[in-house]
Amino acid sequence: MSTKAEELGVEIYPGFAASEILYDENDKVVGVATNDVGVAKDGSKKETFQRGVELKGHITLLAEGCRGSLSEKIIRDYKLRDKGQGQHQTYAIGIKEVWEIEEGKHVPGSVLHTIGWPLDMKTYGGSFLYHMNNRQISIGLVIALNYQNPYLSPFDEFQKFKHHPAIKSLLEGGSVLQYGARALNEGGFQSIPNPVFPGGAIIGCSAGYLNVPKIKGTHTAMKSGMLAAEAAFNVIVAGAQMEMYWDSLKKSWIWEELFRSRNYRPAFEYGLMPGLAFSALERYVFRGRLPLTLKHGKPDHEATDIASVHTPIQYPRPDGQVSFDVPTSLYRSNTNHEHDQPVHLRLRDPAIPERVNLPLYAGPESRYCPARVYEYVPDDKHGLKLHINAQNCLHCKACDIKDPKQNIEWTVPEGGGGPGYTTM
Amino acid sequence: MKILVAVKRVVDYAVKVRVKPDKSGVETSNVKMSMNPFCEIALEEALRIRESGAADEVVAVTVGPAQCADTLRTALAMGADRAVHVDAGAAPVLPLSVSKILRALVQVEQPGLLILGKQAIDDDCNQTGQMVAGLLKWPQGTFASKVVLDKAKQVATVEREVDGGLETLCLDLPAVITTDLRLNQPRYATLPNIMKAKSKVIKKFTPEELNVEIKSDLEVVQVTEPPKRKAGVIVSSVDELVDKLKNEARVL
Repeated sequence: MSTKAEELGVEIYPGFAASEILYDENDKVVGVATNDVGVAKDGSKKETFQRGVELKGHITLLAEGCRGSLSEKIIRDYKLRDKGQGQHQTYAIGIKEVWEIEEGKHVPGSVLHTIGWPLDMKTYGGSFLYHMNNRQISIGLVIALNYQNPYLSPFDEFQKFKHHPAIKSLLEGGSVLQYGARALNEGGFQSIPNPVFPGGAIIGCSAGYLNVPKIKGTHTAMKSGMLAAEAAFNVIVAGAQMEMYWDSLKKSWIWEELFRSRNYRPAFEYGLMPGLAFSALERYVFRGRLPLTLKHGKPDHEATDIASVHTPIQYPRPDGQVSFDVPTSLYRSNTNHEHDQPVHLRLRDPAIPERVNLPLYAGPESRYCPARVYEYVPDDKHGLKLHINAQNCLHCKACDIKDPKQNIEWTVPEGGGGPGYTTM
Repeated sequence: MKILVAVKRVVDYAVKVRVKPDKSGVETSNVKMSMNPFCEIALEEALRIRESGAADEVVAVTVGPAQCADTLRTALAMGADRAVHVDAGAAPVLPLSVSKILRALVQVEQPGLLILGKQAIDDDCNQTGQMVAGLLKWPQGTFASKVVLDKAKQVATVEREVDGGLETLCLDLPAVITTDLRLNQPRYATLPNIMKAKSKVIKKFTPEELNVEIKSDLEVVQVTEPPKRKAGVIVSSVDELVDKLKNEARVL
């Protein structure tokens, strides 16, 4: 796609991170700025220091994917959720591997979705298994981030899932090509913000158009990009307003599709069985035409119970054939960051991990992060201290979403760093 | 004085490579490619020499298929003045052929210094710099960890990383230098420079135009993964260790 775009004259610059929104004196967005590179871990300038650059334009479109760092700021500052459908966004964490399996077991085009085990009745989530070509399969587990048990480790649940007899038999004899993780939107229709702001718009998953029952958001993301492009073209050429994007979105099949599928996910707030029962009714009888729209539960970061009402979960050790430990999996994600740079995961209040996260919630970030970036290590005073291994970060945004006090802020690291997905 | 820097487009150092199922080589399709890290160091050194006033032009050159133009654009964005692309087709070109091409280019460009990375991270050959020096009958300072140029005396003092420590050589220019890791920290190509580099002209040559015949005396028969590491064994006594080393591992 990039080659085609460049042939048409589009300039593409990979390896640079947009870290800041630029405003004019009327609070209108006029562009973005990239971050400084060549800054050492302690903040001092290295000999390779280069100042970031400002990129200005008539229209700025943000397409950062789910929970985009700049998009979230824009949504907050311009109050775009209130101006849209009104509900907060809800999320899930997806952990995925691409395997190369044995010839006889491979059925190209085959699709499998499961729900239930290994998750309990109160945790929404399920798996996907898609047979692609070249004997490759894509397998993953998606867990809603409003899970209550702070001892839950999505990574370990995924490893457990692979041991189910039906899945294990498929994977045996195969090898893992790649590993990765990413948060995805589950808020659907109720959580769509007004994506237009003065000076630009938000497209794709940064706004949130994923169809949850279909577990598919790429098609709506692409369509939203096309609608924004048409609106932007009209702004530049015919003096129209960017609001045209919002209007055309509401008239498009995205709206219709998300409207019809709006009640599936919220129904699971009542538990797995009621959720399944309602989903069956919704799918076969009501078909999205019920005159009511279910609301989401608490925001994901508020849904975590305190650790004392749960017991730690003992996860089985990885067997190295079908299940693996985090370092092995991280190796397969080709993740790399320039080592000597400031930590890109910022704590709004550095005292909160030891004061709140650890005593009240048993340090959930040390469990939900699929890259084990967050570790509580003994300090010299017989206590535990949070240590952030930012170099491991998979850029999944789970921490930005799930941290109970919303204390962790995911910001962009030096451009070019991050996971090296190729077949994902 | 002109400096010629030879760079190579290789699989990015952070990528975990896989062997192709037919064992003919390593999977390179859909894999991130970048400039060889040692070549970046070579280019950085050339730029610093120019910035110190000892040279006035840095020319980047690469041998490879069409996509290698991207590597040259990176070199231009880092600060090279001109770039030359020798398109030798899609098949990998081995060091001896690359050396012959570089010799031909040296005769065209007449540089006072040819700087290369000590080796490429895909084949780890560590041959091209030495072979070019041999073909040109130029002095060579390989594994350079420090380079000081004396413009007036036309001499390069090179500190080399050798097995025993550091060796200092004095080379009369023109000379060939290959760079090692500790020589410098390459600069970032800034966004404005990358934008400007897109419109710079890259001179193209084919091997035929340089009167070089690409033929390979080597054939890659098979590429296999290294054997998987076996689990370690904890022994209970020194005697058991000696016994295992003697009878199982057969290293004593």
